[in-house]
Amino acid sequence: MTLAQPAGYRPPPPGTHPPLDHPGYKSTGLRAPSQAPIVLPNRLTEVTGPLLTAGHDDLIGPSDHDLTTQHAGEPIGQRIVVFGRVLDSDGRPVPDTLVEVWQANASGRYPHKNDNWAGALDPNFTGGGRVLTNNKGEYSFTTIKPGAYPWGNHHNAWRPAHIHFSLFGRAFTQRLVTQMYFPDDPLFDQDPIFNSVPDPKARRRMISTFDLEATRPEWALAYRWDIVLRGREQTPFEEPHE
Amino acid sequence: MSDLLTPSQTVGPFLSIGLTWSGGHLVVPEGSPGAIRISGIVRDGSGAPVPDGVIETWQADADGRFDHPDDPRGASGSGFAGFGRCPTDGEGRYQIVTVKPGALGDGQAPHIDVTVLARGLLDRLVTRIYFPDEAEANAADPLLSSLPPERAATLLAEPAGEGELRFDIRLQGEGETVFLQI
Repeated sequence: MTLAQPAGYRPPPPGTHPPLDHPGYKSTGLRAPSQAPIVLPNRLTEVTGPLLTAGHDDLIGPSDHDLTTQHAGEPIGQRIVVFGRVLDSDGRPVPDTLVEVWQANASGRYPHKNDNWAGALDPNFTGGGRVLTNNKGEYSFTTIKPGAYPWGNHHNAWRPAHIHFSLFGRAFTQRLVTQMYFPDDPLFDQDPIFNSVPDPKARRRMISTFDLEATRPEWALAYRWDIVLRGREQTPFEEPHE
Repeated sequence: MSDLLTPSQTVGPFLSIGLTWSGGHLVVPEGSPGAIRISGIVRDGSGAPVPDGVIETWQADADGRFDHPDDPRGASGSGFAGFGRCPTDGEGRYQIVTVKPGALGDGQAPHIDVTVLARGLLDRLVTRIYFPDEAEANAADPLLSSLPPERAATLLAEPAGEGELRFDIRLQGEGETVFLQI
């Protein structure tokens, strides 16, 4: 019996994703593969993917979407709401998919044994969060604005404030780990990780938008950030006739 | 259609804050019928262990089915999650406890898809684990048979005792693992 092959996912346009070998970011030096990747057509394993809803009821705790309420006290810093939609590149919402975030605290410090930055640790902020998108592909986190921090990659290197995001989508091909940045950060120009994305327009898609309408009066500022994952190849019967 | 995709960025060194959970390496509980442990070390171009990475796996169940609506045979309904996730430890080691996937029935040998994320990787790496006791199926597999033998060998797990397999990942240099563009 021949197994029908479902439609695959369109490859990312050139310039969208960073090259693995990016000398400005020193850690790529010994980690970027030296051989070109082998092209593997999308088959069944690649067009399916982990659906982390069924059977993972214990995955998301009650305060995982609100990083400001995970500890006994209020974290230090500016409270913000980060929200948006997860879409595929055909504009379709991606519902019920896991969004994971991690970030530094307001001092730019991670609660990790290897973070040696002298910024203060905050006992009321550990910076990890998880949420599932709703049926419209929407997600929302409440957190505090992360601080910038120095990281030793080059002379006076500072990472722009950012929040790490991890997404699964519906298929193994759609898996994405990325970073969300904040508008008008003065540190963009000197950051090799932000600038590793070749296409300047694609780079700007990592910058969130301040959204006055979505702010919570006397409580939190708000930043909107939509995330776009790969869309499907058109199946033959959907091809236009011109 | 716009293809205005969100670009990839590195997970950075502190991924364990948000990207791992306890028992993530257990695709099936320890000691389940047919359980196998796949373990290995992730190394960089100098041969040094990578202590700030994470391995994720995705696979069919023992019958070669996915509990996913896009399986053309329909979601299996088995509840088999198929997903494993394990951060590397200080020595670059990871492990995944799972079952061997069945063949999909499309000419491919049984395999597990793998994502490698780490500091210094601006995009994820993708590879596959194949099984050493599937010589005939491996010889006919479209991917394995397209590679020179020494490169194909980097995708084969090695026997490491009863219910144990070894699959090391070399990011760069001598013995570099075959990585895939999907």
